[in-house]
Formats: sequence, C-alpha cells, structure tokens
Amino acid sequence: MLGEGMVKGMVETARNFLGSYVQDERLVTVQYPEERIPQIEAARNFPFLVYDGDNWEKGLRCVACQICEKECPPQCIYITKSKDKKPDHAGKPQLYPAVFDIDISVCMSCQICVEVCPFDAIKMDTEFELSTSDRFGGLLLHAKDLAKPNTYFRKLHPTEAAEADARLAAEKAKAEAKAKADAEAKAKAAAGIKPPAPAPKAASALAQ
Amino acid sequence: MIDQIFVALKHWLVELAPNPCQPLLSALIDVAAIIGVFATLFAITTILERKGLGRIQNRYGPNRVGPFGVLQPLADGIKALIKEDLVPRGADRVVHFLAPLVLVTPVFLALAVVPVGRNMVAMDIDAGVLFFFAVGAATELSVFMAGWSSRNKYSLLGAMRALAQMISYEVPLILSAVTVIMIAGSLSTVKIIEAQAGYAGGLPRWFVLTPWGLAGFILFMIAATAESNRSPFDLPEGESEIIAGYYIEYSGFKFALFFLGEYIGMFAVSGLAITLFLGGWHAPFPFLTWVPSYIWFFGKLLVLPAAFIWVRGTQPRLRMDQLMNFAWKFMLPMALVNLVAAGLWRFLDPGFSRWVVCSFLVLGPYILLGRGLFQRKHLGKRIYRYAE
Repeated sequence: MLGEGMVKGMVETARNFLGSYVQDERLVTVQYPEERIPQIEAARNFPFLVYDGDNWEKGLRCVACQICEKECPPQCIYITKSKDKKPDHAGKPQLYPAVFDIDISVCMSCQICVEVCPFDAIKMDTEFELSTSDRFGGLLLHAKDLAKPNTYFRKLHPTEAAEADARLAAEKAKAEAKAKADAEAKAKAAAGIKPPAPAPKAASALAQ
Repeated sequence: MIDQIFVALKHWLVELAPNPCQPLLSALIDVAAIIGVFATLFAITTILERKGLGRIQNRYGPNRVGPFGVLQPLADGIKALIKEDLVPRGADRVVHFLAPLVLVTPVFLALAVVPVGRNMVAMDIDAGVLFFFAVGAATELSVFMAGWSSRNKYSLLGAMRALAQMISYEVPLILSAVTVIMIAGSLSTVKIIEAQAGYAGGLPRWFVLTPWGLAGFILFMIAATAESNRSPFDLPEGESEIIAGYYIEYSGFKFALFFLGEYIGMFAVSGLAITLFLGGWHAPFPFLTWVPSYIWFFGKLLVLPAAFIWVRGTQPRLRMDQLMNFAWKFMLPMALVNLVAAGLWRFLDPGFSRWVVCSFLVLGPYILLGRGLFQRKHLGKRIYRYAE
C-alpha cells in the first residue's frame, strides 16, 4: 500500500534517534581533541631519526650516507656530511650529518627512506599533529627536531624496534669479537713472530 | 489570569500612550512580538534540527559552542553577519537585493492571522485563511526573483523547479484547507478555532479526528512540505543536483534571511495546520484546560516542525516526474474526493453511519490511487524507425 515504505523508514530513523541516547555503541564518533583512539602498531606518518643513549648529537645512528636522500621520491630530505668523524654504536668512527632537514610539507609518508636505511637510523613516527603557525620555517624540520630516542621507537613500534635492536646488537657483538681477535692477534704478534700487520685491519674494514 | 497575561500586558502598555497613537502602538507591539517570538523559535529550531538530524544518523550534532552546543545559532548568526555580501557582476542588483526581503516579509505577514492563544491574534479578519494563502503565494515570487536575478544557470534551474513545484502543490494545499472552511462555515481563523472547541466523549472535537479531517491534515502537511521546499521536496535547492538552487549566489546575511524566511514559512504553515485541523490553542483533554492557551499552541508548533525534521532525516529526494505525478495524480484527486467526504459529513446525520461512509470515501480512493502510482510503466529501449 502507498506509504508503507515511508512508515518503515520513519520507524528506522526513530529507532536511530532514540537508540543513540541509550546505546553508546551507536555513536561511533570519536570526539577528537578530548578523546583519542590508540593508533595501531603499523601506523606511520612521518620519519624521525633514532638515537641511542641520552645525548641526541652523540647517539645519532645516522652516518650521513645519503641513501635516503637519493631514494626519497619527492626529494624532501636534505643532508650535508660532516667534516670530522665520531664513533658509532659499535665504536667505529663514522661521519655524521652536519645538516639533516626534512620538509614535512613535501614528505608523502611512503617509508622508502626507512626501507633503504642500512643503519636503522631513520624510522616512521606516528605523530600527526604537525600544524604550525609558520608555513615556511615551521614545516622544515631539522635534525634536532627529528631526533628521537630509541626508547621512544620501542614504545611506538615494539616489534620493529626489537628486530632493529637485535640486528644492531649482533653487529656490535661481531665488531667486539673482531676487536678482541685483533687485539689477541696483536698481542701474539708482539710476543712471537710478526704477522702481516695491515691484513686483519683491511679485512675488518671490509666486513664493516 | 495567567492565560490572558500577555493580552493584559499589551492593553496596559497601549493605554499609557495618548489616544491618537493607540492603534499604531497596538499594531507595533503585535509586530514586535511576532518577530521576536518567531525569530527566537527559528534559532531554537535550527539547533534542534541539526542535533535531531545528527541523532537520526547516529552522530552527535553540533556540541562545541556553549554547553551541548546550545549557543550554535548565535555563532551562526555572527558568522552570517560578518561574511562578505557578494553580488555577481552580471546580476540584476535591485532584484537580487529585494528577493530575500520579498520572502521574509510575507511569511511574517502570514503569521499575523494565526491565533497563538485565546484572544492572541494580531489581525482577526473575516477572510483570515484567504489572506494567509494570498500572502503565502508571494514566496513563489521571491524564489523566482532570486533565481532569475542571480544570472546563474543553476539558480535559474532551481527557480524554475521551485515554481513548478510550488504552483502544483498550492492546489492540494488550498483544496485540503477548503474542507475545514466548508465545515466551520467561516474563513476567519478565530471562528475556525471556535468551531473546534469542546469535547465529545473525553476527546477534543478537533477536525483531525474525523475521516475527512485526518485525510485533509495529511494532504495539507504533505503540500506544506512541498510549499516550504523542505526535504523530500527540496528539488529547488537540491545540493547534490543544482548545488543550492535559487540561492546559490547569496552569501552573508541575505543567505541567512532566506534561511529565516524558509523556517518562518514552515512555522506559519504549521501554525495554520494547527489552526485548521489541530484545534488551535485548545487543550487536547478537558482536564488540561488550566494550562495557558499559548503553551498549547507553541507546544503543537514544536511538534509539527519536529515531524518535518523527522521526515527530512528519513526520506530521499523525489525525482521531478515523481514529484509531478504525486501532485497531479494523487494529491489533487485525493483533495477533491476529500471535499466530497467533508460535504457528506456536513449533511449526513451524526452517528456511526456517517463515520463509515466518510471513511470508505477517503480510504477507497487512497488505496486505488496508491495502486495507480505504483503501476510500473515498462518503458523499453527507444527504437528509432527512420533515423537508423
């Protein structure tokens, strides 16, 4: 009969109207600034630089190899290599970035920089409240703004951080074992017959 | 008496003035009261509508300005006031400026004949209902002025749709109101309310509680929805089709005036529906007559727009052919049949037989016409005999 479907629809909307006052699960809106839903672990928004220890300048894992800069599709990373060297996590002297800037207005959150980094130095952040009142300077983040401690990374992406930590620890252990072997060889050489001195050093450099 | 407090207040105020000024002052007080009360009601309705629509769609609705968002109309008003008033370069500036005024003035004028309580009507004229429809027809002019003067194809399309729709639905609107005039024997809104006074068997003697009255009320409300361009009859302003129709080129306070006019028009037509069918300011039950009359009127006036909002939150927009089919193939025949039913009701003896005859006379055509609307015309692929 005419009007039947209309009544059906009206009943449905009435049920929605009244139900929204008694059933909380009907209202799916998250009232954002006051309420937040926790982000999933795989969430990513914008890269940051990981550092070990407390001092961001000393602990920065980045060695300024510029792979991410070259691979970045929208070319939003800008790196200048340092003149001097500083020891990395395994104690080996490495270059470090004198300038490391990312333009967040250009970044497209593709995570390619993270995938190409051989040092686990750049990772994805989940921070999304990046608005600024200065649209030129404020959107260009420097190394100081980008550097975040490893503990933060562990909190953000526990699985990925555990993998990275294991990888770095293995590398460090390997380097330490090698150093120990070198030292032993050196001691042996000092005690007995002189072995060809530069050979182990070159090997270790290759291994690195 | 609390029922007559506003009437007494007005009398007291008027008597303060010198004698020659009294009629003018009396009229001014009425005008101020109507504009003040209904503009406030408009503000309240906008926030209630937005919240209600939100709840219908399982959203919260506006809840940021003030506690629970109750100050949202204020924020909207300020926004409308400080916005730039744009007029297209090709527009007819005078007509473009006049259109919102031509909308707002008649809808407020129409409210003058709606009694909001016992002895509370701005103009008790003998042809009150006629005046209402005559003034209400001016909104069509305003819509076309707005659409044509903007020099925009979409607004012209909207205006043409609006004219076609409003003129089509004007006919059933008036015909369904004629039934009441036939029974009450008067065009005066006050007399029509008087005809609905009293109670029979614990129920009020409102016209809506008769077969022809119920049918007339439903027809009247459907036609009123179409007249006030509200969903599901919002083709003239369909956002998804012609963006905003005839007021696409309006901004700032002129846009707000259109909005105001639309809502005041809705109140006016709801007020007339209350006057004609729902017993005006009369209480629904004899034991509730101690409640002041104006509270009953405004209570009913909140219920009818709530129904409008409910329908808006439910029904999808009609297509143009559906709109016209509905107006001419269903609404108009039903309104005519309803006239016959009302005439029979008037001349048959009061009693059970009158109810049966009139109910059949209303229900039969309803079912038959409904079936006619549902008949599917199997329109196949068009074949061109010569053009291939």
